[in-house]
Amino acid sequence: MTALPALDGPTALELYREMLLIRRFEERCVELYGAGKIRGFLHLYDGEEAVAVGVLRALAHHDAVVATYREHGQALARGLPAGEVMAELFGKREGSSGGRGGSMHVFDAKRRFYGGNAIVGGGIPIAVGLALADKLLARPNVTVCFFGEGAVAEGEFHESLNLASLWRLPVVFVCENNLYAMGSALDVDEAETDVAAKARGYRMAAERVDGMDVVAVLAAARRAVEIARKGAPCLLEMRTYRFRAHSMFDSQGYRDKAEIERWRARDPLTALAHTGKAHGLLDDAALAAAEVAVQREVDDAVAFAERGTLEPPEHLTRHVTAPRDPGRRA
Amino acid sequence: MTVSYRECCKLALRQCLDQEPRAFLMGEDVAAYGGCYAVSKGLLDLYGPERIRDTPLSESAFVGVGIGAAMGGMRPIVEVMTCNFSLLALDQIINNAATLRHMSGGQLGAPVVIRMATGAGRQLAAQHSHSFEGWYAHIPGLRILAPATLEDARFMLPAALREQDPVMIFEHIFLYNQEGELDAKVTAVDLERAAVRRRGAHLSILTYGAGVQKSLTAAEALAAEGLDVEVIDLRVLRPLDDAALIDTVKRTHRVLVVDEGWRSGGLSAELVTRVCELCFDELDAPPARLCTAEVPIPYPKHLEDAALPQPATIAAAARRVCGRG
Repeated sequence: MTALPALDGPTALELYREMLLIRRFEERCVELYGAGKIRGFLHLYDGEEAVAVGVLRALAHHDAVVATYREHGQALARGLPAGEVMAELFGKREGSSGGRGGSMHVFDAKRRFYGGNAIVGGGIPIAVGLALADKLLARPNVTVCFFGEGAVAEGEFHESLNLASLWRLPVVFVCENNLYAMGSALDVDEAETDVAAKARGYRMAAERVDGMDVVAVLAAARRAVEIARKGAPCLLEMRTYRFRAHSMFDSQGYRDKAEIERWRARDPLTALAHTGKAHGLLDDAALAAAEVAVQREVDDAVAFAERGTLEPPEHLTRHVTAPRDPGRRA
Repeated sequence: MTVSYRECCKLALRQCLDQEPRAFLMGEDVAAYGGCYAVSKGLLDLYGPERIRDTPLSESAFVGVGIGAAMGGMRPIVEVMTCNFSLLALDQIINNAATLRHMSGGQLGAPVVIRMATGAGRQLAAQHSHSFEGWYAHIPGLRILAPATLEDARFMLPAALREQDPVMIFEHIFLYNQEGELDAKVTAVDLERAAVRRRGAHLSILTYGAGVQKSLTAAEALAAEGLDVEVIDLRVLRPLDDAALIDTVKRTHRVLVVDEGWRSGGLSAELVTRVCELCFDELDAPPARLCTAEVPIPYPKHLEDAALPQPATIAAAARRVCGRG
């Protein structure tokens, strides 16, 4: 585990609490999926929490985030209220996207959280466009774009990195390399398995980061955001692992249990707790208190979602296009 | 003063760039080269490389970048060289531009304008002669425009730039060289209504794009035979102007759809169905369609001509609908 000189007790505890919230939130999601409260696809972030928490801590509120269909972690780490995210999973109108998007399409315009994109690679050009708007409007913002290592096989990854580098746009590309594109291992899909090397081919800074170590993620993200803030894209390849299945419909025949156990031994929560205690930044009482507080937050989120309302079917055709001035036809 | 359709497209771009500081044009070869169909020729010198941006040959990326820049507060005008290449950007157009407002519960929009050339008639063979506007008209969340006149080429784009949702403009390659007088009275156009380009009493031709001029030519020939044909320029292919369909059918009671798209599963099927749904009782004859033959567009001129609706085949189809075939 990386020791960050600047890491203080309160920050360590906050990082721990944010990761724990994602973990507990999603554990509850699994139960609620079984109970039929959540339907559709549900992709869990279990094991990858350090990536979203570490990266998003390096951002300012005016920066933008583009994520994938596995984005509960990013949404919570970005500060979207857990109740609104849960209500979205319930399909309730109180949800982050009014219930229209579900698990894969969590949006929050005021927190500059731009989804929730469920086409692999599809969000990458959007992130580059958001960064272009910031550059043209002379706003000092950075856009962080998350995608899995499966996306690096998509043309949109290559087209977008080329454009971002060519136009010197402030994008931090964050590749969450959890080793499997659904069921395909990286070396099954890719002739070159070094994602950072691909980015360097587009003349941008890139580094490989231990994505199970939230302190290392945070440090790398701060370096990357600084580069982007100065007007250049860069890429972070986060080596991480999802402990559970790709989605709720995955028998995991493509990997063995021993591998999963090896990675579970590197659980980012346990790792931070261990290092934090060793450095005197965290203690058992603080961790236990965080557990209680997070459990309460998740309970409240579920209660909020349960209390939420369903949009009446008469509203079905809303939000397809913006409302038009009725006088416009004349 | 005579002006070409191409020049009208350029004047439209200039109006957008002059009046909307957030507007910029990007696409393949729009800057140094001046645009594949020379629409943006000279604009680089006037507006500079920040606002007239050449892109790599990366349709998916630069269309997606346009969508993202629109979400970020800009008003991008994206030129996809031709609709044939827009297939490489389908994911961005359909999965992102058309769905973002809905998926986000109305929080976000993508006010991007995507222009492209469309159509056949220049012996460009199968991969460069598609007409995909009818396909795009299938997608909720998009507004689809087909300027057929100088006035629409001149004024649809500035109107599109004021929309809050994605707009696609299909400029028919056959029209760029068309010249005429721009109606001085027209300073703006709507993006809602179909237009009656020729009044008639016996038959309504529903068409758009290059089909308008061809249908007007056919109508003149038919007038000499005593057939008085009305020509409706649909202008907006999504959403369709139902009221205009009802109006014209109530006047003429007969319908012929002329569509450069293919017949099966296409826009012509939609139009005929709508007419039947909206005003079946007004019809005196079964509605008919004249579409492009169901072949990839061939290269030789005589075969390409044979594949597409032409004034003579339009006139023949019109006679049949009117019982004079």
